[in-house]
Amino acid sequence: MESLTQTLIRDWSVLEGEVKPLLDEAREVLPKRIYEELVEKLKTVTERHGLSVEEARRIIRYVIDDYENSLVEPAEPVGTVAAQSIGEPGTQMTLRTFHYAGVREFNVTLGLPRFIELVDAKREPSTPIMYVYLDEEHRYDEEKAREVARRIEYTRIANVAREVDIELINFRIVVHLDPVMLEDKGVTVEQVKKILEKLKIGKVEQSPDDPYTLIIWLPMTGTISLVDMNKKRDKILNAKIKGIRKIKRVIIQAMTTPEGKTEYVLVTEGSNLKDVLAVPGVDPTRTITNNIHEIEEVLGIEAARAALIREMKNVLDEQGLDVDIRHLILVADMMTHTGRVRQIGRHGVSGEKPSVLARAAFEMTVQNLLDAAAQGEVDELLGVTESVIVGGIINLGTGMVELYMNPQQVALKRAEAGESGDGK
Amino acid sequence: MSVEEKIIKSIKFGVLSPDEIRKMSVTAIVTSELYDEDGKPIQGGLMDPRLGAVTPGQICATCGNDAKNCPGHFGHIELARPVIHVGLAKHIYDALRTTCSKCHRIKLPEKELARYKKLLKRLRERWPLLAKMLILAVKKRASKVMICPHCGERQHKVIFEKPYTFYIETKPRGKEFLNPIEVRRWLEHIPDDDVELLGFDPVEARPEWGVLTVLPVPPVHVRPSIVLETGIRAEDDLTHKLADIVRTNERLKDLLDAGAPQTLIDEHWMLLQYHVATYFDNELPRIPVARHRSGRPLKGLAQRLKGKEGRFRGNLSGKRVDYSARTVISPDPYISINEVGVPVEIAKILTVRTPVLPWNIEQMRKYVLNGPNKWPGANYVITPDGRKIDLRYADRKKIAETLAPGWFVERHLRDGDIVLFNRQPSLHRMSMMGHIVRVLPGKTFRLNLLVCPPYNADFDGDEMNLHVPRTEEAQAEARELMLVQHHILSPRYGGPIIGGLQDYVSGAYLLTIKATLLTKEDVADLLAVTGYEGELPEPAIISPRKLWTGKQLVSLFLPKDFNFKGKARVSAGIFACEDEFCLNDSYIVIKKGELLMGVLDKKAIGAEQPENMMHWLIKEYGTDTARRLYDTLFRMFIRLLEKRGFTMTVEDVALPEEARMKVKEVIAEAEEQVRELIREYEEGRLEPIPGRTMEETLELRILDALSDARKKIEDIVVDYLDPFNNVFIMARTGARGNELNITQMAAILGQQSVRGERIHRGYRGRFLPHFKPGDLGAAARGFVYSSFYDGLSPVEVFFHAAGGREGLVDTAVRTSQSGYMQRRLINALQDLRVEYDGTTRLPDGTLVQIRYGEDGVDPMKSAHGKAVNIDREIERVIGWRV
Repeated sequence: MESLTQTLIRDWSVLEGEVKPLLDEAREVLPKRIYEELVEKLKTVTERHGLSVEEARRIIRYVIDDYENSLVEPAEPVGTVAAQSIGEPGTQMTLRTFHYAGVREFNVTLGLPRFIELVDAKREPSTPIMYVYLDEEHRYDEEKAREVARRIEYTRIANVAREVDIELINFRIVVHLDPVMLEDKGVTVEQVKKILEKLKIGKVEQSPDDPYTLIIWLPMTGTISLVDMNKKRDKILNAKIKGIRKIKRVIIQAMTTPEGKTEYVLVTEGSNLKDVLAVPGVDPTRTITNNIHEIEEVLGIEAARAALIREMKNVLDEQGLDVDIRHLILVADMMTHTGRVRQIGRHGVSGEKPSVLARAAFEMTVQNLLDAAAQGEVDELLGVTESVIVGGIINLGTGMVELYMNPQQVALKRAEAGESGDGK
Repeated sequence: MSVEEKIIKSIKFGVLSPDEIRKMSVTAIVTSELYDEDGKPIQGGLMDPRLGAVTPGQICATCGNDAKNCPGHFGHIELARPVIHVGLAKHIYDALRTTCSKCHRIKLPEKELARYKKLLKRLRERWPLLAKMLILAVKKRASKVMICPHCGERQHKVIFEKPYTFYIETKPRGKEFLNPIEVRRWLEHIPDDDVELLGFDPVEARPEWGVLTVLPVPPVHVRPSIVLETGIRAEDDLTHKLADIVRTNERLKDLLDAGAPQTLIDEHWMLLQYHVATYFDNELPRIPVARHRSGRPLKGLAQRLKGKEGRFRGNLSGKRVDYSARTVISPDPYISINEVGVPVEIAKILTVRTPVLPWNIEQMRKYVLNGPNKWPGANYVITPDGRKIDLRYADRKKIAETLAPGWFVERHLRDGDIVLFNRQPSLHRMSMMGHIVRVLPGKTFRLNLLVCPPYNADFDGDEMNLHVPRTEEAQAEARELMLVQHHILSPRYGGPIIGGLQDYVSGAYLLTIKATLLTKEDVADLLAVTGYEGELPEPAIISPRKLWTGKQLVSLFLPKDFNFKGKARVSAGIFACEDEFCLNDSYIVIKKGELLMGVLDKKAIGAEQPENMMHWLIKEYGTDTARRLYDTLFRMFIRLLEKRGFTMTVEDVALPEEARMKVKEVIAEAEEQVRELIREYEEGRLEPIPGRTMEETLELRILDALSDARKKIEDIVVDYLDPFNNVFIMARTGARGNELNITQMAAILGQQSVRGERIHRGYRGRFLPHFKPGDLGAAARGFVYSSFYDGLSPVEVFFHAAGGREGLVDTAVRTSQSGYMQRRLINALQDLRVEYDGTTRLPDGTLVQIRYGEDGVDPMKSAHGKAVNIDREIERVIGWRV
């Protein structure tokens, strides 16, 4: 005979009533997200396969127990574990600096060099790159996306000119513009003319024979050397027409949104978060760069921390290495918890340790000892390295456990109390 | 026995003042001579007996202790003229340029100074790091002031010339040398309050103490002399250096007394400065290194401390230890994963100090009687009053009789002892695990093959280290925390790191495939190695013979309420399966501990495969069950291969003629494509990829075309080769190799590359003189048409070697780079710990995370990163019926 608790129930509302007390316990113990997932999944399973009260109880019990068992124990040396968990697969990472990141056109530093760059907190990544997402108006239309791209891409005269000739005899510089490039970058001849006039080199005039040729008449003051002319030519070539500094190239990439629509995203070579965010058409909430320091300056330390975690995760995922995100979070937190991004190394986290011995044992031994001597520093011997050096017990794991009562001191106190008692 | 235990609570650093140096000195050193004609140390020389006793039997003239107990005593040298301490020269420079040359106050207004002083005091207590920043800011501001706000004196620029010379720049006269006497006088006059603002400690380190008037002479213990076999004494580098200093100092003294000309005095003064500087640090920039007579650079004090082999990293952070052993490792699948085979020879050297107790006294007596040369014996006994008796020379019978509780026996390592086992590089904590000793004949350490992945060990000559924990506490911790079975799950990703490799995987596969039917003899043989003692299951086939399937045997070991479903690794290509309706046997279904269908391969039992069968078994049934499985089930896989035999032949990678033709076709096609691309490039018709040059575009397109061809060939090979030949079995199950490797053996090696490009460096325009200059074709740029089966042409071998070399170089560079990165990571993070309140903190209480990992979950105890895998929990309960 089948007992009541073993009959399959296919109606969740009925089953829910049956296991109410246990579910309440689960709600109390489990984080909200896990609890909701549990209820959701129980519901679907009940409807699909049917679930007995006994089975439901077992599942809930297992979830509660497993959750409680999965929590960290106090004194766990999480730092060392994180460092090892990242360092060990480091030996398996490739050293090949360049790899294509989705886009053929770009080289992006990946693998070990990029990871080292991140923990070094380098000012400027060796291959800065931005993913510029666009707002509702521009994101679904390639033409509109190109419009924004043109606003962002740093364009100089050199990018649109076919040739810039110095005509020493005529005392003029002739700029031959490339119609194709003008079209591509969305620049008009008038715009270029205005820019050239602003340079104040000489009078600018459109050639009568060819609308795409601009002539700059130099003022006839004394002799002008060829060196001088060449300087002027360079000035012309480097004159900015439009765009944002440091953004060398922009490429439009089609992506599929989760809703199945095609979205256009701009990928840029070079990074300048502050200025790009201000460009109309850019969605400032989703646009990202791989330059951690820029993020710190523009968006703040929490954003920098998130970016660090994201970038480190990206590198490891791309290499196919499985590292728990918590280890990366810890590294990022260690780098950012003071409010600024600190390097993992002698100019950052390790160099700012309070312990003299720990610093001396890491790098620049003599220097650290001398500085400590001059400043009369005191080492409290709290950390791991210091404890090892003096032959003490480290304050982690089983070494953290201390006896709250010190029998010797108790005896001493007793003796003292006894003495004073006698005195009275 | 009982030495009073002293615990160092903190260490204060400071600079010795001249007074302190004199106070702690036992004698002034006045002569550079070391020994008299009889070879006795001279009084007042650098080897003065009052500096401490070093040779055994010698009694210290100062403390009266023998060599073992004398701590050594400092002497001193009274310098005739002061010299700059090179290490502190930078600090002296800071003090000079921030203070007034006349009134010696910091060149900032009184008000400001008062404010900074107050601020500094506050910061020191709460934000020591900011205090340092403040000091830097004060220095920076003060050094720019050119008129003293206190006395109105016009300031001159102080110039510091590394490593130890100071000048003062006076406008009309130019650079003027500032001698150490003047420097010292200047620094002496800086008031204590100002000294503090400059980052010095007025009590422990006044700036003028950086100008040495007295030099401490370290005791002989620090610089022991070595007596060579020939009887010649060789002195330590420091002694040589100190002798130089004394010699110069005495000469300078004489010159001063004699009233020698100033230039001569200055010359000797500078020489003294040089010797003192190189005594501290002999790698100073801009000055010549002091050399030994043989030309070898002398080791200064700094050199002793610095670097990997220096005092800090070499002797303090890492120490050499006793009770350890090292030898070659070799495999033994018939010992437990928790065990390590220790050679008898080693077991006779490594000892464990065991207290003699009423219940082990008989055994201890036996050990003592056996002595040091017969295992299991003992090497020493320790009497209750702490004397150590060497059993090699003692009357063992007598000692065995007198043995009583309260004694200790240093007995040999024996079965069941716990030891730590380690293989370098120790990249993670699984590189050092606790093992239970099994003393075995032979000369190598034996370990179970399943623990190879965490150690990253193989048996091509690897050596490993073994350590014996000495105290009861250490042994208990090793057993409870470090034992191999506690490290099956890796904290890196929350999955098993211990698991089958290579033969385990092919063995598991061959055992569980449908084609494997076992007779009773086979079954008995297989089960025998596992030590199985239960009933045999009902045979799967009864007639004409009783036969069992491998799946039945596997099921014998699975817990009876275990449910699991999942794809096998072989589920790919023609064997692909998505759910339990699978005809290829590549979908694993386990219900109530019964392996119903599916084969076991790398995905099920392999190492580093999270969320697989083994993972859930470990998580749900605990590490004891897991260990039992590894020690029984896995042994059976190996036994099957031993019985069956498993190898490969050339025929396994021989393609039929038809396939060879197809491969040729594909190659011809690819070649034509490449030729076409080159033609397009030469005629300028090639459409460049945006942002790339024509050349780069061509290279990319050719690489694409060739790799396409290789993929096509791979498909052909996979199509034509027998999926059940041994090589293919290895690739499919994940035991060893992959489809690409097989293709390279059977059909074509493909493109060789250096730095991700086709190989092109060598001669101008070509790699080898066998090609035309500028030839961009496939063959000329490292495309190897041959397979290993066919054999390579000489040129192809050369290309292959070039590609192979890159791999070697890459590995070499990578290990050093990632090693340094890991050292930095460890150093930065090692002090972090989780507190009782769930926060992550540094030892000084600094809060780093409010909740570890944002959810307080330990990655090792998580289910591949998740706190709970609810889908799995459901499968666990109802998996047997759905």
